[in-house]
Amino acid sequence: MIYLRLFWEFFKAGLFAVGGGMATLPFLYDISDRTGWFTHAQLADMVAVSESTPGPIGVNMATYVGFLTGGHVGGMATGILGAAVATLGLITPSIIVILIVSAFLERFRSSRYVSGAFYGLRPASTAMILAALVMVVKATFLPAVGAAFDWRLPALAVVLLVLTNTAGKKLHPIVFILASAVAGAVLGLAG
Amino acid sequence: MKQLLILFLTFAKVGVMTFGGGYAMLPILQREIVENKGWATEEELADYFAIGQCTPGVIAVNTATFIGRKRFGIAGGVVATLGVVFPSLIIISLLAGVITQFSELAWVKNAFAGVRVCVCVLIANAVWKLGKKSIVDKWTAGIFLVIAAAAILTDWSPVVFVLFAGVCGVVLQVLLRKGAAAK
Repeated sequence: MIYLRLFWEFFKAGLFAVGGGMATLPFLYDISDRTGWFTHAQLADMVAVSESTPGPIGVNMATYVGFLTGGHVGGMATGILGAAVATLGLITPSIIVILIVSAFLERFRSSRYVSGAFYGLRPASTAMILAALVMVVKATFLPAVGAAFDWRLPALAVVLLVLTNTAGKKLHPIVFILASAVAGAVLGLAG
Repeated sequence: MKQLLILFLTFAKVGVMTFGGGYAMLPILQREIVENKGWATEEELADYFAIGQCTPGVIAVNTATFIGRKRFGIAGGVVATLGVVFPSLIIISLLAGVITQFSELAWVKNAFAGVRVCVCVLIANAVWKLGKKSIVDKWTAGIFLVIAAAAILTDWSPVVFVLFAGVCGVVLQVLLRKGAAAK
């Protein structure tokens, strides 16, 4: 039963991903590796679409993965069902945890164990997103078998890296995503 | 019932207006929840947001659950959360359908090749920002290096890393506090 598995995979991601939208990324790579529901290249596209559309990134990515996974079975309708199941899976642990925490708000905030756990969790979350970055970089820059390495890709990366950290610091990421899409189409970056 | 519907619609509106991550949502929550509806105070919102960041799950979802529960109990928590994810469900399903249809066109492939480069840069920036906040001493630097190496080199589940890092954090904090007390 694919929907049950979809729910369970995203339930785990929702329960263990700490620190916002990008923190779900390592879980998505793990799901991709184990299930083959979607490829690493598709995952990079999902990040772009999730950043450029309304809604929290983590939720958007879950919806997207659910849609693709469900869509394999029978098109649009099963895709939407998959999207709903994955999203519900992701938010169920949040609802349970927050309902419990909000009942013990004061004690949660001053707990030494809670602050200790997060002292360790925050750098770990950063490290896992870094590992996910390594995967995206591989999927993006390494050429297909037999093809030559395309120097325009790292050149574009350097330009974007400089722009997003200087003049474009305050701009929304969607600006850079759209500009990169235009650059890709004009330069024929898919090779 | 009507109250819950208003709650749902309000958070659906927040969901539509949030572009990007949880932080993008804060100014919108301030306007909709604090100023327009008066469902929470500025201070409560800051608290919910802080806890939403350090509890599992998506920050936007966690904050919505908090406010909904405070206003209308458990049903409110559930309804507010469903509201905030509802627009994503519709918009992404439509987009994913369209993108799947056109993904074989040459110019779409080229455009996405460019977009992927941008995604790398955006994730790199996110890592840098998170790193500055989370790696605060040699212990957190150690946890970062160990988990980064393990996550890159092995195919273990992220769940293992999260549990390991959480336990490390608790043990380290207890030991550090004991060390400070001994001095």
